[in-house]
Amino acid sequence: MARDSPAWLPAVCSPGMKTTMKALRWVVGILGEALITLGLLVLLFVSWQLWWTDVTANREQAGTIQALERDFGQPGRSPVAPLARLKKVRLGDAFAIVRIPRFGAGYAKPMLEGTDRDTLISGVGHYPGTAMPGQVGNFAVAGHRTTYGRPFHDIDRLKKGDVIVVETKASYIVYAVDRHVIVTPYQMEVVAPVPQHPGVPPAQAWMTMTACHPKFSARQRFVVFAKLVKSIPRAEGLPASFMAVPARAA
Amino acid sequence: MYGPLWRLLPGPWPVKALLSLILVVGVVAVCFVWLFPAIAPLMPFNGNSVHNGP
Repeated sequence: MARDSPAWLPAVCSPGMKTTMKALRWVVGILGEALITLGLLVLLFVSWQLWWTDVTANREQAGTIQALERDFGQPGRSPVAPLARLKKVRLGDAFAIVRIPRFGAGYAKPMLEGTDRDTLISGVGHYPGTAMPGQVGNFAVAGHRTTYGRPFHDIDRLKKGDVIVVETKASYIVYAVDRHVIVTPYQMEVVAPVPQHPGVPPAQAWMTMTACHPKFSARQRFVVFAKLVKSIPRAEGLPASFMAVPARAA
Repeated sequence: MYGPLWRLLPGPWPVKALLSLILVVGVVAVCFVWLFPAIAPLMPFNGNSVHNGP
């Protein structure tokens, strides 16, 4: 028994006290290991959320882009599909590609119908019931600021005049950034047909982008409003000037 | 907790170490594939859309 006693236990300890100390040591040991395990699991979760969701989502979204590009065909070759057909996109289906030169020359993200959790994991989500790309009204979309491929990670770097290209089977719809606001998650007026003016009948084609703000928080929403510049039929192709990456400097 | 687990693993220490590694990889895989995706919706930092009411 004596060799089980740790060196710091005084020699005068009674056998009863030694048993108590042993039990205590056992309990503290188990508790310590459990807490360390819990801590490691939390760290593991953070690395999954911040790193692994980007890895899997980027892979999945790149696959969706390839499928969309195949479906859309080469510019000038595909028959022009009427925009009205876009109204019937089912929830969760990808129907367009978003390209934002400010986010990089190769930036392309799939646009899906719906803004629920599962849809936003797969790309940028279109608010159901809002206008479709190029239509008069507000074409409103939401995207992740962080994690799950973070399509709108750099939404705060968009400047007035920056180009957003929404590519559909029928056309390239080009918007230019107008302004941004930071709102609470319940300020639905940002997706109104005339952004921030609910109830007013629309006369122009707007686009609204929403993402969480600040990064890694869901306390607020960073919202960017863009105005329609031009709808270009797919057959004509997209002028390269629209895809020019703007200079980094402000 | 980990002491008894180590004693439970068969073989000499290199075999025990290898088995431990396989166990750790298995636990991480279960977390990444099933556990974390299941609890992620409960986390408070994943909202990106505007919506009605809290």
